[in-house]
Amino acid sequence: MTSKKKAKKRTIFFAVLALLLVVVSILAPWLCPNDPNATNALYMKAAPCRQFPFGTDSLGRCVCSRVLMGARTSVFSALLLVAITFLIGTVLGMLCGFYGGILDTIVMRLADTMLAFPQMVLAIAVAGILGGGMGNAMAALGITGWTLYARLARSQVLAIKKEPYILAARLGGCSDTKILFRHLLPNILPPLLVNATTQIGVTMMGFAGLSFLGLGVQLPNAEWGSMINEARGYMQLAPWAVLAPGAAMVLTVMIFNYLGDSVQDLMDVKAERR
Amino acid sequence: MAKYIGKRLLQMIPVLLGLTFLTFLLLYLSPGDPAEKKLKAQGVAVSDEIVEQVREEMGLNRPFLVQYADWLVSALHGDLGTSYKDERPVAEKLADGMGNTLLLSLASLFLALIVSVPLALYTAVRKNRFSDYLIRFLSFIGNSVPSFLLSVLLIYFFCIRLKWFPVIAKGTVQGLFLPTLALAIPLISRFIRQFRAEFLEQLSQEYVTGARVRGVKEHLILFCNVLHNSMMPILTIVGLSVGTLMGGSVVIETIFMWPGLGKLVMDSITARDYPVIQGFVILMAVLYVGINLAIDICYRVFDPRTRDAR
Repeated sequence: MTSKKKAKKRTIFFAVLALLLVVVSILAPWLCPNDPNATNALYMKAAPCRQFPFGTDSLGRCVCSRVLMGARTSVFSALLLVAITFLIGTVLGMLCGFYGGILDTIVMRLADTMLAFPQMVLAIAVAGILGGGMGNAMAALGITGWTLYARLARSQVLAIKKEPYILAARLGGCSDTKILFRHLLPNILPPLLVNATTQIGVTMMGFAGLSFLGLGVQLPNAEWGSMINEARGYMQLAPWAVLAPGAAMVLTVMIFNYLGDSVQDLMDVKAERR
Repeated sequence: MAKYIGKRLLQMIPVLLGLTFLTFLLLYLSPGDPAEKKLKAQGVAVSDEIVEQVREEMGLNRPFLVQYADWLVSALHGDLGTSYKDERPVAEKLADGMGNTLLLSLASLFLALIVSVPLALYTAVRKNRFSDYLIRFLSFIGNSVPSFLLSVLLIYFFCIRLKWFPVIAKGTVQGLFLPTLALAIPLISRFIRQFRAEFLEQLSQEYVTGARVRGVKEHLILFCNVLHNSMMPILTIVGLSVGTLMGGSVVIETIFMWPGLGKLVMDSITARDYPVIQGFVILMAVLYVGINLAIDICYRVFDPRTRDAR
């Protein structure tokens, strides 16, 4: 009982931190001390000072402002992608579990096939072939991401669709849509949400990895992965240009990973790991 | 047993078909016409006549499914097409990089296992003590550091600050150390968490209590029973992490200029050399599927309990 309470406290704590991150990333344009894209020839690779709290990069851009704007890209892209894959996967999986038949066979074979690819390898190849850009990077990561939710939703629906209350709903004259979304969905949602939460940190690292390789966010937009890639060439001269986005990245991923872990403990659900 | 293996191999056929089909499709996702891309990659001036001629040569005027079947048959014979850039067979290019990538991956896997198994066992025994919390916290951090950041930090500290290693060391033993470390640390962090859970599961089993009651020495229980019984789950975890290893090696080889498959594929992406990218994906996917299938079969061979299930 006490461990449950502990898990609840932890979940609330990390949820608040995560929310704070989201708020910071929303307010990023107003929190920036300087224009994130303005170059300044007088302050190239300048050490942290009052005007530039985290120093400047090789073009004299304020690292602090860029890290803040990068939070926006990283947090939002990860949340958006998790939300999209979650929606698509869940709906597909529910339909498969509920109706079965040819749709089920096709979608599940497709999911099996997607799972046969190592995720980052496929993402790098797809992003590499499509060319960089946020949308393409999302497609590259999402192409395997939906399978997690689809398989889970399907197995959950299969497990409960024979329950008496579903039969009762059917006898009560509920339409398929109503059964699916009013009766099945609320019952299968918890494990799916837990899995989605654990995916946020992983997705964020995937995005940053693609951006680092030049396959994600395109310049001059600020993103942590691409900032680290830009700055690693002159790291001995301006280590802050790597360390600031790096620290931001690790902290953010840690908060979301901790959130995922606590939610798992709280709901007593084991998330799938690949 | 032979029947089971045969069945599993048969089950692989649709997956492999789907996998090759999707990989083949990748090339068609790429913007632009393959013949034009090939000419551009070679730096030839593009005119309609030349493009049409190359299209005919490449068999691009045939129906899509015919092209796929044709490609699949050659792929089964080990022919993955030729590189747009230098006209060398893709299979040959991949074979060149394969050795280095294999060396790097096996070294990292080996390092990860010799570090994480003892640490995980230690944390499982010392559950909820300070050392358990500390190791778990460190592994949590390790899990949250992307491999590219880790590589950059390793280079900064070991090559620039301490000057222990050269920054660029192509394919030498000295140059192997840092990339191995960069690839192994995320694995170690992940393994510690997963192995610890597995060891705890084993320690809570009745046979452990039974052995203790009979006065069997604690270290004998740990090393002979618990470790032995955790072998197969550990192998499964390792098999699933091979995918992470493959993805991670692309990033790390690029950063450390390690001349393996990962670097080859990044260079090919820059050069828009699509057949090489395609060959790389198919090779990795087949390897990944093959390794996990082999582990599944091992499970059956070594653990008779799983034979009766289903």
